[in-house]
Amino acid sequence: MSDDVIKIRWHGRGGQGAITAAKIVANAAFECGYNGVVMTPTFGTERRGAPVLTSLKISRNKIYDLSPISEPDMIVVLDHLLLEEPGVINGLKSDGIIIVNSPKKPADHAVNGKKIATADVTSIAVEAGLKQGIVNSGIIGAFAKASGLIELNILLKKIKEEFHDKKPSENAESARLTFSKTDMGG
Amino acid sequence: MHIIESGNVAAATGVKLARTEVIAAYPITPQTPLTEKLSELVDSGKMKAEYIPVESEHSALAVCIAASSAGSRAFTATSANGLLYMSEQIHWAAGARLPIVMCVVNRGIGAPWTVWNDHQDAISQRDAGWIQLYACDHQQIIDTVIQAFHIAETVRIPVMVCYDGYLLSHTYMPFEIPEQDAVDAFLPKFSPSYFLDPKNPANLNTVTLPDIRPDVRGNMAPGYMEIRNNLHTDMRKTISVVEEMDRKYQKTVGRGGNPLIEKYRCEDADFIAVCLGSLSYQLRDVVDTLRGEGIKTGVAGIRLYRPFPDKTVAAEFVNAKGLIVFEKALSYGNQGALYSDIKSALYRNDNRPFVHNYILGLGGREIKTPDLLHAFRISCTDFRKIGDDPQWIGLKL
Repeated sequence: MSDDVIKIRWHGRGGQGAITAAKIVANAAFECGYNGVVMTPTFGTERRGAPVLTSLKISRNKIYDLSPISEPDMIVVLDHLLLEEPGVINGLKSDGIIIVNSPKKPADHAVNGKKIATADVTSIAVEAGLKQGIVNSGIIGAFAKASGLIELNILLKKIKEEFHDKKPSENAESARLTFSKTDMGG
Repeated sequence: MHIIESGNVAAATGVKLARTEVIAAYPITPQTPLTEKLSELVDSGKMKAEYIPVESEHSALAVCIAASSAGSRAFTATSANGLLYMSEQIHWAAGARLPIVMCVVNRGIGAPWTVWNDHQDAISQRDAGWIQLYACDHQQIIDTVIQAFHIAETVRIPVMVCYDGYLLSHTYMPFEIPEQDAVDAFLPKFSPSYFLDPKNPANLNTVTLPDIRPDVRGNMAPGYMEIRNNLHTDMRKTISVVEEMDRKYQKTVGRGGNPLIEKYRCEDADFIAVCLGSLSYQLRDVVDTLRGEGIKTGVAGIRLYRPFPDKTVAAEFVNAKGLIVFEKALSYGNQGALYSDIKSALYRNDNRPFVHNYILGLGGREIKTPDLLHAFRISCTDFRKIGDDPQWIGLKL
């Protein structure tokens, strides 16, 4: 199997925009020279507020296996209460990291000793001029900080492109602020 | 230009680049975003086409049949039960020799209801007289949609472009959008030699009798059986037309190759997996792993399923020891449709490999790569254990 594939699983609630966030990261990764970028949402019977997830695979080479991620390198969670749902952190590699929108500090989350980074994206987004509950742009800042995978500037550019008619500057600012306020824990 | 978008958007972009003139479709999961995108493109004026909303899939294809009979380039798309609801018109479009293109976004058929992927919908329509092409990724979806119009209009036979629901339709990946100029150089304007025209009244597809009879000018006209023989003969010729169109597409757009069967590491392979759609790409990693274990494997994705490239199958797999057919559909009470087709094609060879049949992924049951690896490995190393009955992968009860 291809070991050079970076596997990121995104968990959110229906309507939070986890798929859009993953799509923005996919676009940024492709621009950075990752030719293999595949984002596969796992579809159930979607309802607003219900848990949803999407798999993002990133590789230097074309990706042929579209099956869902079972052993992610990273798990991004748009709502910290989802950490209490069964299965959300399942399969995370031993050196993997959880990136979560949470008002709490990393140490305050019980995640079986796994590495975790937190940022209060919900509050930061309001500070950046977005209305309450818009967290899918901000979480990308936390992802950038915790993963170190893609340069923040490219992500900010892709955020502005995606939200070109929906407060592009405020969405980018939310990600930029979150980047600087992400708590990497220990 | 490369973009990262869903498979449905790739299909819609191909339909736009092909300068389709009439679109009629009824939404059904997982096809819906494709028709939504097309209606957006037409509504915003980015695409000059007539988008005709209808109350059912049967009407969607009926509109396309009318539009195509009147000489317009027509497109529709559907999935699963929507395709079945069209079925009467599907046979009609083929018999009437109308070069309609339809995307079938493959989904399992109810009952019980499922919105997820398998291939039973398209397979159930394989004998209707439509050409069936299968795409494995978004690049193939957009390129195949464009090519499908040229193929259809060259042989006057409608084409289904099939791609996996959700796995491709809702997955995002990069693909290149061809330049409009290149597509225009590839695909000539649709100008049929005959079409419904008020200035030149004609009856099309009038009733036939069991025997032939003279037409209005007194010339002996083909009867039902001759007309059906023509369809079959032209279907067989379509195999070389598909190859020819692929060569033309390579020249004008700069991409293509493997229009009938797309092979991966098959040259010296003892054991070759055969399947339709994106599964053939998932199996590439499995092939690499088995090669690492010293088992010479390969995988072949059938791109053109109808007409079936039987002679190519017989020639390509002449040296294989075993073929392992992985299928997301079956003929209930018998075996997988592709399995039967492969065995039938090999019958002409003196040395025939063993052929195994695995049924998997029905109704979107997750196809786990380790499960594929396990089944493929057993077929290669312990092949006498597997009989002629289809083996099911992924059953949990």
